[in-house]
Amino acid sequence: MHTEVPIAAYLILAAILFSIGVGAFLIKRNLISIFMSIELMLNAVNLTFVAFAHQWHQISGQIFVFFVMVVAAAEAAVGLAIIIAIFRTRQTLNVDQVDLMKL
Amino acid sequence: MQLALFIIFGALAVAGALNLLWQRHPINSALSLVVVMLSLAVLYWSLGAEFLAAAQVIVYSGAIMVFFVFVIMLLNAGEEERTHGSRAAYLAGVPGATAIFCVLSFVFLTERHAFGGSNIGGYLSHATNNIAELSEVLFTKLLLPFEVTSVLILIAILGAVVLARKER
Repeated sequence: MHTEVPIAAYLILAAILFSIGVGAFLIKRNLISIFMSIELMLNAVNLTFVAFAHQWHQISGQIFVFFVMVVAAAEAAVGLAIIIAIFRTRQTLNVDQVDLMKL
Repeated sequence: MQLALFIIFGALAVAGALNLLWQRHPINSALSLVVVMLSLAVLYWSLGAEFLAAAQVIVYSGAIMVFFVFVIMLLNAGEEERTHGSRAAYLAGVPGATAIFCVLSFVFLTERHAFGGSNIGGYLSHATNNIAELSEVLFTKLLLPFEVTSVLILIAILGAVVLARKER
């Protein structure tokens, strides 16, 4: 059974996920939710990398995804530590109340 | 087979992402993000990237999301409040996201032929040994960036410890 999926379908799925991530980033009021929408956007970009790697039979796209995953892991560690530090000083996670740089 | 996988898990990923957007409690958002990541792992596997599918399950839905859930429970994060004051977020957010989606899909659909005429193949087991190919490039040509990532992870761990430490 040879049903084929055009690459544009994968790219549009990635575009849908990316725009949902952008919308969540702009609408959400909670710091952790905003952080999760960043992860969603990274994942959407990873999907386009893998789709292009498959399309052109090149391994480079998958290597980029690997590096994106590593950077995302590092970013999650540092970002969640910053969130913990902010929560400790402000007692809130609402971005409306965390709009001053002064700790 | 690939079409069925794409439709089922693509729909699941979109549903999970929309659920992330709609849920007001961060723990529900985190759990629906796990659904998105697992279905993306299946999509990677159907695209012939077995190593990345495994890494997606282990790193993202294993490590990172456990970390998120841990922090949510540690901070006892409650339901997020409705924004008071400016409605600028809604006014800019929804049209902005829609505009980005329209631009991206317009480019993808009009440049469809520039991406190459061939469709993605329908069989799954056709891919060459993914891990061997990936590791060969990673340990020969890209050895320095690979080692730099380990330094990056180390620095991130130290930074997280320093940031989250309770100050005296």
